[in-house]
Amino acid sequence: MIFDIEVEISLKKGMLNPEAKTIENSLSLLGYKVENTQTLNIITFQMEGKSVEEVESEVDDMCQRLLCNPVIHNYKITINQNNF
Amino acid sequence: MKIGVIRFPGTNCDRDVYHAIELAGAQAEYIWWKDENLTEYDGIIIPGGFSYGDYLRAGAIASITPVIKGVKALVKEEKPVLGICNGAQILGEIGLVPGVFIRNEYPKFNCQSIKLNVESTRSPFTSYYKKGEIVSIPIAHAEGRFYSENIDLIHEQDQILFSFAEENPNGSMEKITGVCDESGLVCAMMPHPERASEKILGSDDGLKIFKGMIDNL
Repeated sequence: MIFDIEVEISLKKGMLNPEAKTIENSLSLLGYKVENTQTLNIITFQMEGKSVEEVESEVDDMCQRLLCNPVIHNYKITINQNNF
Repeated sequence: MKIGVIRFPGTNCDRDVYHAIELAGAQAEYIWWKDENLTEYDGIIIPGGFSYGDYLRAGAIASITPVIKGVKALVKEEKPVLGICNGAQILGEIGLVPGVFIRNEYPKFNCQSIKLNVESTRSPFTSYYKKGEIVSIPIAHAEGRFYSENIDLIHEQDQILFSFAEENPNGSMEKITGVCDESGLVCAMMPHPERASEKILGSDDGLKIFKGMIDNL
């Protein structure tokens, strides 16, 4: 089975996000007042596997070993079976 | 005495580091990122730059290369390892030193001469300084903000080697910009000592780091 994977990576709560802060400041230059701006990284790919559980465990491993730095990041994995 | 200088795609200052090693009295040799067997080297320096274009995070992709397996093996043999700038980010990524170096508080590339405070002289890399000595070594980075979840432990274990002496140019926790592992043999620092290794460069304060590394072998 082929699965569509999406990994969403965000900075842990309370961590300073200078990119988000700059975006927020720039929006205020245009007259928009926004708060709690955050930026996320989304990585998508496809992979083969026998079950959602098996694929999830492997993707979790990828997150721990390369895609994220557990010291500063949270991550969310979304898995969908690709039926085409 | 042979010190290896690791090169990744995107490494820079490798030739400056090579030169500084020779100035400090040892033989230097480049190592390509695919080499895993580093047993012939007495110590390793990971220079600065933008390995793999800083993709994912600064240092993230370099941290899973074969040469890093070799570095970990050398650390087990108690050989000294110095990571400068991108090298420091890599050592943080692989957990050989405490904490990580992330995007500057004010997110611009910050390139300037700066004064550092020598916080501890227990590591070979800082053994030629006096504790509390102020040294001038430049920085050049956009991702050098030191962050750790265990700052108390780092203090307890005397793992802080350098901090910024005056202003905090990147928002680092407690102005920290150089740390070591528990043994003191692995050092990660954002400032570039190779850019302050000869009087003609404006400062030779950084040369003592290379001399300390080499003379303590």
